[in-house]
Amino acid sequence: MSSEVSNPVVQPVFTGDSTHHQDSEGEIHENGHHEHHKEYFFTKYVFSQDHKTIGKQFLITGIFWAFVGGLLSVIFRFQLGFPNQAFPFLETLFGKWAPGGIISPEFYYMLVTMHGTILVFFVLTAGLSGTFANLLIPLQCGARDMASPFLNMLSYWFFFAASCVMLTSFFLPEGAADVGWTFYPPLSGVKESAPGAGLGADFWLIGMALFIFSSLLGGLNYITTVLNLRTKGMSMNRLPLTVWALLITAILGLISFPVLLGAAILLLFDRNLGTSFYLDKIFINGHPLDHAGGNAILYQHLFWFLGHPEVYIIILPAFGLVSEVLANHARKPIFGYRAMILSMLAIAILAFIVWAHHMFVTGLNPFVASVFVLLTLLIAVPSAVKVFNWIATIWQGNLRFTPAMLFCVGFVSLFISGGLTGIFLGNSALDIPLHDTYFVIAHFHIVMGVSAFFGMLAGVYQWFPKMFGRFMNNTLGYIHFWITFVGAYMIFWPMHYMGLTGVPRRYYSFDAFQSFNMFGDLNKFITIAAMLVFFAQLLFILNFFYSMFKGRKVTDPNPWKSNSLEWTTKINPGHGNWDGPLPTVYRWPYDYSKNGDEFIPQTVPYKPGEEKLHH
Amino acid sequence: MSTTLLVTIAFVLFVLVVFQLARTTEYISLLRGEERAQEDADKMNGLLFLLFLIIGGGAMVWSLFHYKQYMVLQAATVHGQWLDSMFMVTLLFTGIVFVITQIMLFYFAWKYKHTKGRKALYYPENNKLEMWWTVIPAIVLTTLVIIGIYRWFQITGPEPKDSMVVEITGQQFLWNYRYPGNDDKLGNYEFKYITAVNKVGLDFNDPAAKDDYMATEMHVVVNKPVLLRIRSKDVIHDVGIPYFRVKMDAVPGLVTRFWFIPTVTTEEMRKKTGNPDFNYEIACDQLCGKGHYGMKGIVVVETQAEFDAWKAKQPSFYESSVKGTDEEKHFAELTEQLKAEKEKEASKGHHE
Repeated sequence: MSSEVSNPVVQPVFTGDSTHHQDSEGEIHENGHHEHHKEYFFTKYVFSQDHKTIGKQFLITGIFWAFVGGLLSVIFRFQLGFPNQAFPFLETLFGKWAPGGIISPEFYYMLVTMHGTILVFFVLTAGLSGTFANLLIPLQCGARDMASPFLNMLSYWFFFAASCVMLTSFFLPEGAADVGWTFYPPLSGVKESAPGAGLGADFWLIGMALFIFSSLLGGLNYITTVLNLRTKGMSMNRLPLTVWALLITAILGLISFPVLLGAAILLLFDRNLGTSFYLDKIFINGHPLDHAGGNAILYQHLFWFLGHPEVYIIILPAFGLVSEVLANHARKPIFGYRAMILSMLAIAILAFIVWAHHMFVTGLNPFVASVFVLLTLLIAVPSAVKVFNWIATIWQGNLRFTPAMLFCVGFVSLFISGGLTGIFLGNSALDIPLHDTYFVIAHFHIVMGVSAFFGMLAGVYQWFPKMFGRFMNNTLGYIHFWITFVGAYMIFWPMHYMGLTGVPRRYYSFDAFQSFNMFGDLNKFITIAAMLVFFAQLLFILNFFYSMFKGRKVTDPNPWKSNSLEWTTKINPGHGNWDGPLPTVYRWPYDYSKNGDEFIPQTVPYKPGEEKLHH
Repeated sequence: MSTTLLVTIAFVLFVLVVFQLARTTEYISLLRGEERAQEDADKMNGLLFLLFLIIGGGAMVWSLFHYKQYMVLQAATVHGQWLDSMFMVTLLFTGIVFVITQIMLFYFAWKYKHTKGRKALYYPENNKLEMWWTVIPAIVLTTLVIIGIYRWFQITGPEPKDSMVVEITGQQFLWNYRYPGNDDKLGNYEFKYITAVNKVGLDFNDPAAKDDYMATEMHVVVNKPVLLRIRSKDVIHDVGIPYFRVKMDAVPGLVTRFWFIPTVTTEEMRKKTGNPDFNYEIACDQLCGKGHYGMKGIVVVETQAEFDAWKAKQPSFYESSVKGTDEEKHFAELTEQLKAEKEKEASKGHHE
């Protein structure tokens, strides 16, 4: 306290309200000395402890992985769209994996496995949460940095290490893992069960373990920062929904990821140390295994105990980003702010008790399954509330269609389409015919894959000016959105029809089955649409990197006329974010079009007699 | 190789052209003023959303009717027909929500696109409205849960007493079928007895196993309940029979079950579909390795008389393939080995 008073730069922040206290020591240090810090290339761009730089590192690594993951899907779509047709360039590129220009089944299963792993974990978890939690939590809470910038930096470098291990596995002689991204044993537990169940699977498990460390270090930081480092006046019910979403996401991850770590370690033991956690009575390759007494279903429980919250770890940040951007560009308050928070909390709690709906046809006890049906369909209620609230937000708005806003509208449409099919799959009886068919692929790609991507892209377009002080090219943004939006529906909508016919997922070819082989033309159509969408993402990547260096410069520190705190910093804020004292917050971030003012930033005190709305 | 190069060059050029065009339009719009440019963009994108609603909606309806021909709208089992009607009920409810919300979303996007001078409405909440759109979905979902759980318990409940039993065992990458002999009882098995001949590890020390017979296709009787006992030798497989709405994992170390009543014979289905080669197919629905996509089985649904005639031709597996062959000696060796193992195990426990 005394040191604080002795430093005139620092605004007195202790108001006696313990929920709003902040790290005054750190602040003094920053204010007193950061002008004199010598920033070396390594500390500024590589081993940086600045949350904004770490956010950008996550984003750029995420973009790299999105490119790789997307490319893998385009390659395996070749086989599905043009089965057994030779494309010599595939052999040129992949050698023994595509003999004669035709993708081999081993390669196909490797591609689908790694596509799932990369997109679920490396892009939509690390790339999404990592980017926006890092960038937005301190900026929107009004903090100088994360609670522990050092752990934050480690979080990125663990992710980097995980990325290196995963990437290396592609170059192993037997290739990367090919046992499906869910990694069910015994297929993943017995090395001789599949070509990619050898060294590739060990690399996968080690890569995932490193990834989980990264996620835990990040999550701890996000939670601590939101709870402890909010600026004066920033009570929990004045937080932007982005921060709420990222906080809940971090809590979900912190509770569920350790379970996956446990599952992965036991699996490593089964594979390499002769234990039998998941293995029992197996006869493979002409001989019985010694493993006995384990249970393959145990792994599925452990996996989905993470795996289901994981779905919400992916989609919740998108909820937050979309709510924020939608309100901002509709020039209207988000409709039902408190309902939005409560619904996210409800979703987060339910997320932990619905995991077995992935296991309705594994021979689960029917009574247990029925409980999971009830809980699963319950989750549709808060989801429905969110959709209605988003639609109510744009009603009577004055919508500015920036690329970010387009992606938000697209997000809501996709989330409706994909969410509704969840009502079919969550009902165990209906799940019987639909389980593991293309209906499931359509459902989760639309509701979680593409939707989360749309939330992420909305975030990138919206906060690019904050990250780099430049704008992205709008025209390319529009082209990017429309190809991606229309293309996503063209790819995934028809898959519902295939699913309703019973076509199983993870089939390299449908030649052997007369029940499934009539979709040749449709598969070709989907493949071409997928290539088109991939092409649009290349435009985005080009736009991103070009604009980073050559984009139109931002001249207004608040280009979107937004209310939240990140726009009260300089255009290119340094480490510490605000040059002077931290801003003080007087209101919630959604006072748009109130009493004739188009927007009222959070730092503006209430006028006498102004309506206060419990915030 | 040269075509690959040409395609790559063409592709790169195309990307660059689009990129340059976008850059130019951006410059032009800047010259005309940022605000004007944003206004034009708002108008265009609002209109595109409306067009997307109309054209996209049309394409959806068209495609639904076009692909209806491939979907099996009426299942060939009793429970399958329950599921089909449950599907239609769910489709009705979700369809209504889908149409209303998508129309509202895109219509509003078009209607409320930015117009100069118009003010957005400050409308932060309405508790009554939010209460309604929480309660109504909750009621609809409860209805669906009740229907679903009722059917689920019927489907997963105990099989009828007169069910015939078939054991189906998955292995990389084929299905084995075992039927009880005249004693109507499936004999014991042990995975350590599995050999190239004795594929599912029958234990011939159990008299009930001696009359069991193995088949290459699954034969079942129309309108007679069938109980599948589902096993796996190596990794997880899944017995999926699309026409029957049957799906259940085969898990090594466990026995899972699924019962159903087929209602249409293969012969009748051949007439109905106009396809003389029609067969009910079993597809593996759980990734089981590189041959997963070829793991097919056939189910023949026939009349009781046809089934009896078929059954009469199936010799007991023991009699036909094991008795008096090297396999029988091998089985005796395996029995001794297992016995020794068990004794060793038991004595270990004793000394501790």
